[in-house]
Amino acid sequence: MPKISMRDAIHDALHEEMARDETIYILGEDVIAHGGPYAITRGIAEKFPGRIRQTPISEAGIVGTAVGSALCGMRPVAEIMYVDFITCAMDEVVNQMAKVRYMFGGQTDVPVVLRLPSGSARLIAAQHSQSLEAWFTHVPGLQVAVPSTAYDAKGLMKSALRGKDPVMFIEYKRLYTDEGEVPEEEYTIPFGQADVKRQGRDATIVATGPMVGKALEAAQTLSQEGIEVEVVDPRTLVPLDKATIFASVEKTNRVIVTDEEVRRGGSSAELASLIAEECFDALDAPVKRVAAADVPMPFSPELEKLVLPKAEDLVAAVRALVS
Amino acid sequence: MPVEAPSAEKLIDMYTRMWRIRLFEEQAEYQSSQGKVLGALHTYIGEEAVGVGVCAHLHDTDYITSTHRGHGHCIAKGADIQRMMAELFGRSTGYCKGKGGSMHIADFKVGMLGANGIVAGGFGLATGAGLAAQLRGSGQVAVCFFGDGAANRGPFHENINIGAVWKLPVVYVCENNGYAQWTAQKDVTLVTDISTMASAYGIPGVQVDGMDALAVYEAAGEAIEQARCGAGPTLVECKTYRFHGHNFGDPQQYRTREEIAEWMENNDSIKRLGAYLKDQGILTEAQDEALQKQVADDILEAVRFAESSPYPTPDELHKDVYSYDIA
Repeated sequence: MPKISMRDAIHDALHEEMARDETIYILGEDVIAHGGPYAITRGIAEKFPGRIRQTPISEAGIVGTAVGSALCGMRPVAEIMYVDFITCAMDEVVNQMAKVRYMFGGQTDVPVVLRLPSGSARLIAAQHSQSLEAWFTHVPGLQVAVPSTAYDAKGLMKSALRGKDPVMFIEYKRLYTDEGEVPEEEYTIPFGQADVKRQGRDATIVATGPMVGKALEAAQTLSQEGIEVEVVDPRTLVPLDKATIFASVEKTNRVIVTDEEVRRGGSSAELASLIAEECFDALDAPVKRVAAADVPMPFSPELEKLVLPKAEDLVAAVRALVS
Repeated sequence: MPVEAPSAEKLIDMYTRMWRIRLFEEQAEYQSSQGKVLGALHTYIGEEAVGVGVCAHLHDTDYITSTHRGHGHCIAKGADIQRMMAELFGRSTGYCKGKGGSMHIADFKVGMLGANGIVAGGFGLATGAGLAAQLRGSGQVAVCFFGDGAANRGPFHENINIGAVWKLPVVYVCENNGYAQWTAQKDVTLVTDISTMASAYGIPGVQVDGMDALAVYEAAGEAIEQARCGAGPTLVECKTYRFHGHNFGDPQQYRTREEIAEWMENNDSIKRLGAYLKDQGILTEAQDEALQKQVADDILEAVRFAESSPYPTPDELHKDVYSYDIA
């Protein structure tokens, strides 16, 4: 199977779906000039002329326009250059996009995909490095996808572009260049279907985004000590495949939840609560969270490296859990 | 391009819709006083000429976005008053199955993309509707109704700029009633003619007497025609006045009784259009009375429909959050 980067996987998904469905179009800042800062939309303008709009720096305008067009039969894919900038469009996300189906009594579909480059990369400090998944999972009406591999990114993007509901598509910038096997033939990954990335019997790590790779690395290390860790990647936080997560906890009886969001009120807090509520009898130890420090992202590399959880942190947490 | 004067039939239709709005709103206020219409209520009384004068040019396939003061836009665009009243009563037969209420009535079948509880919430939706029309080359247009208060929010700027630079088929219609909630426009905005702001975006700005249905009709007709033929947006400012305050129950301490009386007695758009129709021999006194009685009867029928409709059942609570049921 050919190996491609997550960047190419998302690029390919957009090209394939735009060829399949002529209502799909793209809008965002610099999406033609540069293909966006991460060159995801390169080549679209040449292949699909008229179906990509380079916008002013107007995030509220971008999201509002995307939503309006979706109410009128189009399928917009809006790139928000950095997820940090979605703060400038939160009314459009929270009060309009998330709510119009419900508050209008189901009169309309809202097929909007917001592509949201997220997380730290290249030392760009507090306003370009955030992970805001929990803001979105907190809002009924939004779907939240967090691919961790090229394969998942392509399959989830294709499902996003075939659905009827808004999608916050979290793209971790550091993963764009990670390569993974992606089949040439057509496939999709349904929302709400977790993936067990590694089987294990002694502990479960529920991980999203870049923490999936770190969890697999930790599992490799721990395996050499005879500790077998199961790694579960929800892939979408909303809808959430609780059954797969709970089944893993029932099997291993010990669980760590981990993501790169700041710890307080993050997705790991929600997952930990769910597991504690639903799987209490299966647990041999308290649910443990491994997440980012509760600080804005500092600039200096000596400080930045202290913020995000590492594979070693997971190794230590699992050891403590099984001892 | 001069706008063709409305036919007698069109004028009677506009006049009827204006009465439908006026009497619907009066009935909604009465039902609110009786505790039957629930929640916040912002009536369109006084501003009827704007919504009706603009929507008179639109087809069901054209789009409008609205505001928290949205009932008038719904009726002007052709929404059904029975389903509107049922929504105000919180019943399952309402436009939103009782999940929206006064501030969220929508009728997608006639291109009414929803009242909106967020001031300036309609700018993005209308601009996007215009973009959809342009991408499809469908010839549809979108109209964004907004108040003078909304001109001070960011989405006004971002979306009018987008609409202008892409020459989208959108008309931005300001209903300048002089007050943003309970604050006079002059206290919060140095430039009180919103139409002049159009020059900042390189689009035409037009100001019109919003109490003159014919003037609104003419100005909107030209703007809509320009939008439809690809010339891009126009900002149409209609100077108008809300007769009954920001919301039902508003004590209106921010304005004088004299000011209100002056508008209601001497500048009521319905009275003005009625007088014109009679002067032109288009409508007799008897016909006018019959027309108003018919509208009043229709509204009482809407109340009966609403009152006899069931409330939503508990199983509705989790429906429509997504297109599918979520665990």
